[in-house]
Amino acid sequence: MKTPPRLLRSAVLLLLATTSGLPGLTAGEAPVLARPGARPLAANLPVETAVLTEAPAVPPPITRRTPAKVIVNLEVREVVKRLADGVEYTFWTYGGNVPGSCIRVREGDFVEFHLNNHPTSKMPHNIDLHAVTGPGGGAASSFTAPGHTSQFSFTALNPGTYVYHCATAPVPMHIGNGMYGLIIVDPKDGLPPVDREYYVMQGEIYTAGRYGEPGLQNFDPMKAEDERPSYVVLNGSVGALVGDRALQANVGETVRIFFGVGGPNLTSSFHVIGEIFDRVYPEGGSVASQHNVQTTMVPSGGSAVVEFKVEVPGTFILVDHSLSRAFNKGALGMLKVTGPENMLTYSGKEVDAVYIGQASEAGSAASKREAELIARREQAIAANPQIGTITQEIQQERGKKVFLTSCFACHMANGEGLPGVFPPIAGSDFLKADKDRAIKAVIKGLSGPITVNGKPYNNMMPPLEFTDDQVADVLTYVMNEWGNRFGSVSTADVKRVRAENK
Amino acid sequence: MRLSSCLRLGAAALAWIGGALVVARATPAAGVTTGMTLIPTGTYAPLVRSQDETAEVAVPSFWLDAVPVTNAEFLAFVQANPKWRRSAVSPLFADRGYLGDWAGDLELGPLAPPAAPVVRVSWFAARAYAQSMGKRLPTTAEWERAAAAGFAGPAGSTEPGFQSALLAWVTRPTPQPLPNVGSGRPNFFGVRDLHGLVWEWVADFNTAMVTGESRGDTGLERNLFCGAGAAGLRDPSDFPAFMRIGFRSSLRASYAVPNLGFRCARSP
Repeated sequence: MKTPPRLLRSAVLLLLATTSGLPGLTAGEAPVLARPGARPLAANLPVETAVLTEAPAVPPPITRRTPAKVIVNLEVREVVKRLADGVEYTFWTYGGNVPGSCIRVREGDFVEFHLNNHPTSKMPHNIDLHAVTGPGGGAASSFTAPGHTSQFSFTALNPGTYVYHCATAPVPMHIGNGMYGLIIVDPKDGLPPVDREYYVMQGEIYTAGRYGEPGLQNFDPMKAEDERPSYVVLNGSVGALVGDRALQANVGETVRIFFGVGGPNLTSSFHVIGEIFDRVYPEGGSVASQHNVQTTMVPSGGSAVVEFKVEVPGTFILVDHSLSRAFNKGALGMLKVTGPENMLTYSGKEVDAVYIGQASEAGSAASKREAELIARREQAIAANPQIGTITQEIQQERGKKVFLTSCFACHMANGEGLPGVFPPIAGSDFLKADKDRAIKAVIKGLSGPITVNGKPYNNMMPPLEFTDDQVADVLTYVMNEWGNRFGSVSTADVKRVRAENK
Repeated sequence: MRLSSCLRLGAAALAWIGGALVVARATPAAGVTTGMTLIPTGTYAPLVRSQDETAEVAVPSFWLDAVPVTNAEFLAFVQANPKWRRSAVSPLFADRGYLGDWAGDLELGPLAPPAAPVVRVSWFAARAYAQSMGKRLPTTAEWERAAAAGFAGPAGSTEPGFQSALLAWVTRPTPQPLPNVGSGRPNFFGVRDLHGLVWEWVADFNTAMVTGESRGDTGLERNLFCGAGAAGLRDPSDFPAFMRIGFRSSLRASYAVPNLGFRCARSP
């Protein structure tokens, strides 16, 4: 058999190679050194190892005012992780998480990059850093089989905030599985100091199952080709930036968010509800050329840096303002600001221009019938409390998952909603008063003025594409959580209400 | 075209031994094709080709192992050929991952069940094994020709669920230890485990991105990254084919990769 020419070339290089100074290799093993040329130029620079951080953390700003040789060790791992509650996905990651580890260097630094592909990986991977000036952004030089490591070097010529991603074919799948991150190249004199820095990236995921369908989900190439993701998420999963994991700041602080879009396909209309970006570095460039921006457009494979001072306490929601993605596909996060109220700033925004009178449905024939039925059902449950309690517990547990996937974004995990915007369901007289109305609201949506606990609301709840079981479960959950004791909803109830509202 | 007598021969070579499905293969002897299946003459449509190549490449008939080479078979090979043992192999011909799942030079251990496919073998080692059996590694065209078959006919891509099953396998972490060979369903030609068990070496793995283009391998290789990779493709939506090309072109002949094994071929 004829030996292919590349083998000959490898063999020659093997003979020429040395083993000194290369990480991950032991003596007696000859790595393939493709281009030994660049290293001597950087020989006099001080050497440091880059600090890599997991989102939403950002490595500390570079305080050096002279260049250095910076060693970056990035490991590729293919891992099964939570995508949403009850939903798992095999993510392909840089550093074990999505987005990949955040890298920070200084303009003029000489970067020695090591890409390590974990032995358990099924696929070869590489990295294209948009901060690299050179063919493929490093992709051709970093193509790495499972259980192997590649090295290449570059000088960070241009300051800015750059996306990196895997560029192995089929690229949309590698990026769609989570292979993207940010490398920040600080300008020579550094970025202006701020109180908080955060790292947030948006990406979409093309699962075979619909949003929220439980279990380990497969990648769907047709959905990717059609650009119809099941999920659009911030920092890798639904709810990665909510609750305990929300971004934090104190009143009066200035926050900087390095916001990137991995894609692979969708651009982002990045917006923080209730905030105005004081300064924007559009498209991740090095000049804060825009001021007072509501929503900044971030391309796929691009970034933006936004800075804003937080004036009042509260929860501020990060969204892709292409809002179906936020409401139906997961593209939202939270910034929680604590500190003293600033009534002057806040009260001007609090007044709702629309006033709506009481929409009285209490005492209707339907609610009376409902009360009778509930009473009869409760009697039946009382006759066999064990069965009744267990069934309801199961319903509540399943319903909690539905709630935390689709409802918490507006009604909040504590059921208290957002004052003046999204009504509470914890202790809600509106929910308690009419079970059928609640069922109808979930399956058909609810818009227009309502009054909850004496306060007016005028917003739009979208119809939710739940199964009958899911509707019954989630309503039973909210009717028995946070101190609510409003009874329960059965699948039969849902079927009936659906039939009545064809 | 389909030679049923050969298929029966292939099937007869499968036997349950010690609770595991293994394949009895003959010791080296000219012309012996026990455990092999004859793939009839046909065509292969490369995913990537240069402008002066035809869309389909003729593939003359050839014999192909019905299942990948197992740990037990490779153990017999290194017993007979000490220079291919883990402690003795030249680093030029196998990197330090070589036979890394084995417990020792001549001991398989819990991570390398006898009937599981041997992995972490370099191209040089796989080629030496094949030669010792009087066989050779299949070419890319041969391997792809055999692997294009579905369960009902010679074109798996037309069978519902075929492509999605391949993708699902790619996106699952590799189990350890690996399942035994022969656990997959036989395809139309009677060959098993071409998909869904391990990646497999081919003789010309490092021409995966060039396919006869003479103007410089590295230039073409680089063009396959990112969006440029989709130019001039037979079918950009054939993700599994892309992945096989990507996988092969990430390799060097000394690499011993955890989920990469091989099977042998021979000409009629």
